[in-house]
Amino acid sequence: MTPALVFDGLLALLAVAAAMAAIGGRDLFGSVAFFIVYGLLIAIAWVRLDAIDVALAEAAIGAGLTGILLISALARVERTASSGESGEGGRLAKIAAALLCAGVAGALAWAALALDPQGAGLTPLISEALPQAGVGNPVTAVLLNFRAYDTLLESIVLLFALVAVWSLADDGNWGGLPGLRQHARSDGVLATFGRLLPPFGLVVAVYLVWAGSENPGGAFQGGTVLAAIWLLVAMAGITELPRVSSLPLRAALVFGPAFFLAVGAIGALAGTFLGLAPAAAKAIILAVEAGLTLSIAATLALLVAGSPQRTQG
Amino acid sequence: MSGALGHSATLFALTGAALVGIGLYGFVARTHLLRRVLAFNVIGSGVFLFFGATGFRRPDLGADPAPQALIITGIIVALSLTALALALITRYAALSGRSSLEDEAPDDEAPDAGDERGGG
Repeated sequence: MTPALVFDGLLALLAVAAAMAAIGGRDLFGSVAFFIVYGLLIAIAWVRLDAIDVALAEAAIGAGLTGILLISALARVERTASSGESGEGGRLAKIAAALLCAGVAGALAWAALALDPQGAGLTPLISEALPQAGVGNPVTAVLLNFRAYDTLLESIVLLFALVAVWSLADDGNWGGLPGLRQHARSDGVLATFGRLLPPFGLVVAVYLVWAGSENPGGAFQGGTVLAAIWLLVAMAGITELPRVSSLPLRAALVFGPAFFLAVGAIGALAGTFLGLAPAAAKAIILAVEAGLTLSIAATLALLVAGSPQRTQG
Repeated sequence: MSGALGHSATLFALTGAALVGIGLYGFVARTHLLRRVLAFNVIGSGVFLFFGATGFRRPDLGADPAPQALIITGIIVALSLTALALALITRYAALSGRSSLEDEAPDDEAPDAGDERGGG
């Protein structure tokens, strides 16, 4: 038993315990708190698996943004709905469900143990093609070059989710301001942080995108930091998020995916849709990432703010 | 058979399998809609952990970048779905005054206020 293995074992135990507390708890707010802790533990597990890019995404998006979304939804639901967890099945049904789920987990565990321990996966192929990819970080190369299709469609999924969330607004609020009015004391902690943190956040976000070509980081991680900064400034009452009918906002939301699509179309004229010539790959990837960062930041911030709920500031 | 994937990756793959089971239980057995969204996210991150850990089989090669990229994509798609589901739930709760889809249990005292369904 090496110390590393002991650490990993404790980490796995803590993550499982936090997940159980989040699922089984009585109080929903407590469950959400456990879920955020769980997400951060999983992020550490990703670091242990040498997947720093995933760790950054999990900590920022899986734990952070999902946690914020759950907390704000909880506050809204508890204002309007009965909170009892009614209609839960009897003891017998719960035992049957638990056995079934244990069976699924057991089958997955068996599948993991049955894998060929010497399987190399796609790593050799990717290492071979990496010199032509234009970037040194293999994960960025897969995301924006080898499997750019996924990333393009994913950025469009994110946009569609925002359109769907907006479309749930009351008719009277359509085109209005997202989220509720923020009240913050101008000399309070929130307002002070709202003025202090943005410059640092901007630097971190730009660094994550720029460094993402050679080191862990990238458009999604950088975009999330930007979104967090924008939300912080809005929550501190320093600025207001724009109306959902605002044209500059909509341009910012669409720009990244549209630019990506245009690059793909140019590639199609040259032979392959989304194909990048090795000589120009780095410049194109950085340009696409810059555009995506802007759009992802705007989309994520507005997803957290929610559907338009008022027409006056 | 333990250690088939080499060092801690096996441990994390098994953890991922356990998390899928735990999340699935929450999704099936708990009825509050917000808890179901939370359980969906536990299933998701369990699948990601399983996927990523099984992509780390040979310590000399390290973590396979292809699963990592797909997992980052998956995290974003899961967030999109979570945001949409939560917006739908918020709207449902505002219109119906309820936070689960189940019929009220017979042994549960039914809340009398704001129980009209539909509307809008």
